[in-house]
Amino acid sequence: MKLTEEMLSALPDARGHFGAYGGRFVSETLMDSLMTLEREYLRLKNDPEFQKTFDEDLANYVGRPSPLYFAERLTRETGGAQIWLKREDLNHTGAHKVNNTIGQALLASFLGKKRVIAETGAGQHGVATATVCARLGLECHVFMGAEDIKRQSLNVYRMKLLGAEVHSVESGTKTLKDAMNDAMRDWVSNVDETFYIIGTVAGPHPYPLLVRDFQSVIGRETRRQSLEQAGKLPDALVACVGGGSNAIGMFYPFLTDESVQMYGVEAGGLGIETGQHAAPLCAGRPGVLHGNRTYLMEDENGQIAGTHSVSAGLDYPGVGPEHSWLKDIGRARYVSVTDDEALDGFRTLTRVEGIMPALESAHAVAYALKLAPTMDKDQVIVINVSGRGDKDIHTIAQLDGIEA
Amino acid sequence: MSRIEGVLKSLKGQGRKALIPYITAGDPHPDQTVGLMHTLVEAGADIIELGVPFSDPMADGPVIQMACERALKHGTSLRQVIAMIKQFRETDDATPVVLMGYLNPMEAMGYEAFADAAADAGVDGILTVDLPPEEADDVAPLFTARNLDAIFLLAPTTTDDRIRSISEHSSGYVYYVSFKGITGASKINVDEVAAKVAHIHDITALPVGVGFGIRDAETAAAVGRVSDGVIVGSVLVDTIARNQADSDQLKRALTDLLHPMREALDGLAS
Repeated sequence: MKLTEEMLSALPDARGHFGAYGGRFVSETLMDSLMTLEREYLRLKNDPEFQKTFDEDLANYVGRPSPLYFAERLTRETGGAQIWLKREDLNHTGAHKVNNTIGQALLASFLGKKRVIAETGAGQHGVATATVCARLGLECHVFMGAEDIKRQSLNVYRMKLLGAEVHSVESGTKTLKDAMNDAMRDWVSNVDETFYIIGTVAGPHPYPLLVRDFQSVIGRETRRQSLEQAGKLPDALVACVGGGSNAIGMFYPFLTDESVQMYGVEAGGLGIETGQHAAPLCAGRPGVLHGNRTYLMEDENGQIAGTHSVSAGLDYPGVGPEHSWLKDIGRARYVSVTDDEALDGFRTLTRVEGIMPALESAHAVAYALKLAPTMDKDQVIVINVSGRGDKDIHTIAQLDGIEA
Repeated sequence: MSRIEGVLKSLKGQGRKALIPYITAGDPHPDQTVGLMHTLVEAGADIIELGVPFSDPMADGPVIQMACERALKHGTSLRQVIAMIKQFRETDDATPVVLMGYLNPMEAMGYEAFADAAADAGVDGILTVDLPPEEADDVAPLFTARNLDAIFLLAPTTTDDRIRSISEHSSGYVYYVSFKGITGASKINVDEVAAKVAHIHDITALPVGVGFGIRDAETAAAVGRVSDGVIVGSVLVDTIARNQADSDQLKRALTDLLHPMREALDGLAS
């Protein structure tokens, strides 16, 4: 399907649908808040004052634009297409997550909400939320699965230093999906005074819309930088997909550029065939969870399946509804790499370019290393290095048998 | 007239209020659910809300979350829950049963297959927590066509426009969530509930059942005074959790809990 600006501007539709996906599947108590948020966002989206503040914050607080870097040595060693890196890892707080938390915290201020809640998996979104709350003087509560608290202890400490209260979630699988359940429970209980900063492009409408809009700065910059620095549009974009916010931010501004191929890389865990993975687009089917209809990992009775990934940030059984739509219409391709391949990607980028990617982003690196040799030397691949790997050093050291 | 409508009309004629207990199907064990449903009826239930266990019950507090986990540990599926109702109907064709749960298990089964099976088993109403009427266009007509009542939630945050449109999509009764929160919390403010329910009664002729926060005879009577019925959930589920080892004791405990509520509600009529 050839996408046009006109088609894209009609999505999501008035009820938050991207084709068959998205929507607003929540209990009644939250409907009024979601409708208010939608109304206010659509108003502020075109408000020059709001946009100006957002742009200035991205420039002066986050440090945007982030560089587009030509990985010359990696390109030579891999053979094939030129590999360029979009350096979201250089943002303040070390990941793309902050683009969205700046935007949503600004919304919270405009709506007069003093209390902020967030869910987090790897802790990057939690840190990015705690950071903007510290800056704006907002009370901050972060919900995090007990399992993730163990494997991302550094980020937990960062959030506490920033003044956030971290709530350990002990229910279900004790990972990101359960953290989101508990954040929803908190929201429904404190709905009047609380703003829920969702970290990914999932959740009920209007979250997939507003998170995508805030993250699209990644793709807009990449488009401009690629034309300036590489002299052409990229031939392929590669980004990891958990909920899919860095990927949609990278893909969205290129959707009408037919020549640009897009690859969303899911967590293949121990291998798709083992069932121990977090790849709903590759191996799941449509269902309803966390307020939207989208591809999910579930059993035959509609119970949400446990997921596995070495990367806490990808360890989620759902995905943003816009990705489900892009998959069905064939505009983006969704693939997976295993834990081991991602770890190899981490090591390669670290050794060859001196850039340590987050384990999430390492999935994109790993796939790009497979893709590049199949392409011509004059072609351009852009990998979205969505975050930096400092937070994962403990995990990697453990896998290497080193006490860090 | 649906079985739910019939029961609520007859109660209203007698000036009585409906007692609507909720339990999670398959908790503590799938073999016990039908027996527990009969116990609820003997203890004074007018309508039963039977919960379909779900792995991610976002609107529920820890008590019902744990009930879901217990039920799912035994593999309780939506198909099995429907089979339980079919078995319940073998000896009780008077007490309405409402299936209450989350959308995904129904979506996974297929809406048409689900509606057919539910109607065939003798289910009377469907209450889906995460399905507002805006998203129900494809689903609700399947229920209506099979004489299954579609029951929707109203909340303290629901605007008048939405009360109107939600009531138009509903049949049987509407379920008013008494406070902003999750099941099992203790935040109920009876004066606020009274004001909002009176307001809902101004807008719709449908009976209004009130749930969340009703845990004893006193709260049941206070809420029953201002509504058409009370829904009692977490306190029953908690009782099941605490008495799961001994099924006779469990029966007694449930009866001891419901009976005073029944009497308190009936006391309002005289």
